[in-house]
Amino acid sequence: MTRDEITAGLAEILEEVAGVNPDDVAEGKSFTDDLDVDSLSMVEVVVAAEEKFGVKIPDNEVQNLKTVGDAVSYIEAQS
Amino acid sequence: MTRHDVVVTGLGATTPLGGDVASTWDAMLAGRSGVGPLTQEWAAQLTVRIAAQLAVEPSEVLDRVRLRRLDRSEAIALVAAQQAWADAGLADSGLDPERLAVSVGSGIGGATTMLAQDDILEASGPRRVSPHTVPMLMPNGPAAWVGLELGAKAGVHSVASACATGAEAIALGLDIIRAGRADVVVAGGTEAVIHPLPIAGFASMRAMSTRNDEPERASRPWDKGRDGFVLGEGAGVVVLERADHAAARGARVYARLAGAGITSDAYDIVQPHAEGEGAIRAIKKAIADADVAKMDIMHVNAHATSTPVGDMLEIGALRQALGDHPVLAATKSMTGHLLGAAGALESIATILAIRDGVVPPTINLDDPDEGLTLEVAAHKARHMEIPAALNNAFGFGGHNVALVFTRA
Repeated sequence: MTRDEITAGLAEILEEVAGVNPDDVAEGKSFTDDLDVDSLSMVEVVVAAEEKFGVKIPDNEVQNLKTVGDAVSYIEAQS
Repeated sequence: MTRHDVVVTGLGATTPLGGDVASTWDAMLAGRSGVGPLTQEWAAQLTVRIAAQLAVEPSEVLDRVRLRRLDRSEAIALVAAQQAWADAGLADSGLDPERLAVSVGSGIGGATTMLAQDDILEASGPRRVSPHTVPMLMPNGPAAWVGLELGAKAGVHSVASACATGAEAIALGLDIIRAGRADVVVAGGTEAVIHPLPIAGFASMRAMSTRNDEPERASRPWDKGRDGFVLGEGAGVVVLERADHAAARGARVYARLAGAGITSDAYDIVQPHAEGEGAIRAIKKAIADADVAKMDIMHVNAHATSTPVGDMLEIGALRQALGDHPVLAATKSMTGHLLGAAGALESIATILAIRDGVVPPTINLDDPDEGLTLEVAAHKARHMEIPAALNNAFGFGGHNVALVFTRA
């Protein structure tokens, strides 16, 4: 799966869970500061991403995933 | 110390009869029933297969992402509160948030969220349980969301007194303003538990009507053929305001909340006191608190749920505490029983009865019980002068609440 495909997959999840406009989702965007995803929604995003991409994202990793790009890199490395 | 007068300046509701106050009131005056069959697959196994479901789904009003984190009872409390707030014209009034409080309760709370998340827990494991579960099921959730929405900083309160909740929440609002802790209180009740477990629980108590083949005729307070209440869902919210505060901003005033009486039976966890002792004291206290002449209280919106025992006890209590002159209404004959929202929705009906000079009809009263020794506007609304009116609400646990409203 390419980085663009993973980003698109995350955009789908973010739209479903937090109502984020998919056009706003890009690797440089911060989940909390740019996309307004709060901590509870972030939990939902992580669980949905694990399911969608078939990866495990432990809770202690989540705090390192500040931007969409961080998440894409993590998922890319795991899958 | 002079006591602050409290008036009602805003109304909001979403009910089995309509998505707002105007449509609900129109349907009430027309004598329409909001009760229908439960067509969900889960209903087939139940002895009770009827209910009064919302006329307008919250998804038609609130956006999808917002609804993901709201229990249905929270969503409809928000819908009703938004309406009441807009109706009161407070949005751009410059009201100090530290002078705005919320008092919104629920009888049962986020039970359907708990049950749905338990299904997820059982089927998919703990990691799949929504992080929104706790704020969705907590009993203060509806009040907290309303407070968040309106920016209320004078305190957010969530009364829980079963089917007396909505009325007691309004009584608490009255106390808050009288005590000087807020100038405006958004007060009411909400309930949304049309789900097999609560229905099975009430049905096991033999408290519900099983007239499944005639849903619209099932809720029949005071009628000889009554066989229990019909579960309804919905929310009702009123804006209470210190009278001089409302006058200073030129607000439209629906009615005055003149007084409240609250008592507890200390008798039985579900049965009302055999002589209605607690109800009698609540009504007397409300009349004394309101300082109105009994003869001015020309109308009562009764608790009257359509149960064999409770309906008649209330008649006796009203005769003793108030007299034989009021004209009664049991609007639950049309809305079903909204549990924690009932006292709020019925307060709204009481307020509008005063404003419009009309007692709403009590439908299905085809064959009145001999014990019904007070007048009821059966089948058709009755137009008459109503200087003041009473709303009763009683709840499991022995809670009795009576509210007196008077003309503005």
